Amino acid sequence: MEQLLEQLASGLANGAIYACVALALVMIYVSTDHLNFAQGEMAMFSTYISWQLMNWGLNFWVAFVLAVLASFVLGVLIERIILRPLHGAPVLSVVVVFIGLLAICNSMAGAIWSYLIKEYPSPFPKSTFGFAGVIGPHQLGVVLVTLVVLGLLFLFFRYTPLGLAMRAAAQNPQMARLVGVRVDWMLALGWGLAAAVGAVAGIMVAHIVYLDPNMMGGILLYAFASALIGGIGNPGGAVVGGFIVGVLENMVAYAGNQIEKATGVYIIGNGEKLTVALIIVIFVLTVKPAGLFGRVVVKRV
Amino acid sequence: MAALLEVKGLKAFYAKTQVLYDIGFDLAEGGITTLLGANGAGKTTTLRALCNMVRTEGSVRFDGKEIAGQPTEEIVRQRIAHVPEGRGTFTTLTVEENLRIAAYTRKDKQAVKVELDRVFAYFPRLKERLQQQAGTLSGGEQQMLAIARALMLKPRLMLLDEPSFGLAPLIVVEIFKILKRINQEEKVSILLVEQNAALALNLADYAYVLETGRVVMADRADVVKNDENIRKSYLGY
Repeated sequence: MEQLLEQLASGLANGAIYACVALALVMIYVSTDHLNFAQGEMAMFSTYISWQLMNWGLNFWVAFVLAVLASFVLGVLIERIILRPLHGAPVLSVVVVFIGLLAICNSMAGAIWSYLIKEYPSPFPKSTFGFAGVIGPHQLGVVLVTLVVLGLLFLFFRYTPLGLAMRAAAQNPQMARLVGVRVDWMLALGWGLAAAVGAVAGIMVAHIVYLDPNMMGGILLYAFASALIGGIGNPGGAVVGGFIVGVLENMVAYAGNQIEKATGVYIIGNGEKLTVALIIVIFVLTVKPAGLFGRVVVKRV
Repeated sequence: MAALLEVKGLKAFYAKTQVLYDIGFDLAEGGITTLLGANGAGKTTTLRALCNMVRTEGSVRFDGKEIAGQPTEEIVRQRIAHVPEGRGTFTTLTVEENLRIAAYTRKDKQAVKVELDRVFAYFPRLKERLQQQAGTLSGGEQQMLAIARALMLKPRLMLLDEPSFGLAPLIVVEIFKILKRINQEEKVSILLVEQNAALALNLADYAYVLETGRVVMADRADVVKNDENIRKSYLGY
């Protein structure tokens, strides 16, 4: 029982990370109809920025805030400089640019900070408390920090005029222009916010997966799965999808371990959890192609 | 009195296809002007060209200032409200959000509340539906919402594209009455594009008739209404 709770808790912590990256993906998807394959590598780069700042002697949280701000600015710049000229370009051109961006982030991080795996500190106190043994302090911290970030984003989009303008621009850019919204800037802001949310995910997960230029590869896959499960056009769905995928993969591994313990036969374990999780995702999408919370888009022809 | 809107040599293109050839007209301040024409005559395109939503050449002067070539959102910010064809609302946003978004460009946030009340005076039905998603409104209510949102911009000029489109006759009459009131009480000049020529000519004081991207007739609405060719081609009697 305790093991189950432990797995559940760590699933939630992983899920929080997937939720953030999935949300970043969805934020760009809803406003541009493109999936940013470089989202994970951008987050990794942000994490290196925070590592560098800490290396220069800054406190973790100061480095955290500065790195997130820097990521926001980088996200805006990437949109304005790299993607702006591609407005109206064929999907494939954009995909190629995203993949290029991915490679650039990856090799730049490698060139600047080397490909050696680095340890990354946890900002959370190592004290044990009520749930000790079930959820580690870092995992609990990750869940709390991401929930705060997600909550702030929700409040921003739901209650501020700028958030409203960004939603309007994403829903119907042409109409948004007709009420005076500067849609191009809204897109750039969206990129900035997505990069910032990705940075939070990267910084939070680095202590668990260690810091190296390829740290976000697997996480991006999970994030895609999360976004798809939740319904790719639905930010709330992406967040819930993230937690579902995080818990699901751990439950798969847990069930595998239990089976092995009971029968001595190894069927599935930690090594297969990604595979099994993705199989379940495919199953969900076969039954509900729009995702669990997605809306079926009906197009008039 | 100088015209509020002066259009000269306006051309518009969809990709390489030219749709408007040398459109020119003036719009008097405070009046209601209508653009008539058959399907494909270029009425909608003219409205879109005024807001630079299609590739455009030529001159558009608003209140004496050249606005052609400016981005759509900057033109709108000079208080030209465009109500597009087919109920242009943000379907996933609530009615209230649809209205508030129009006040986004305004600096005086306190005035938004006053503004909302002013708009509800014209469209009391929207007030009952504030928290409803715009996409779930009836067609007539969506059209009202689109006009209400245009009003939130405190426009000097309102461009209306087929406000009667797909609506029940009774609703259309209601909406046209409201448009008349808006024109008189808010001093908003209106440029109206309509398929329903009889309706448009009753509301408007001046009319331009378009045929395949050119202006072929321009006169006072009552004169146009009694023109034999117009009667035969557009009014059907």
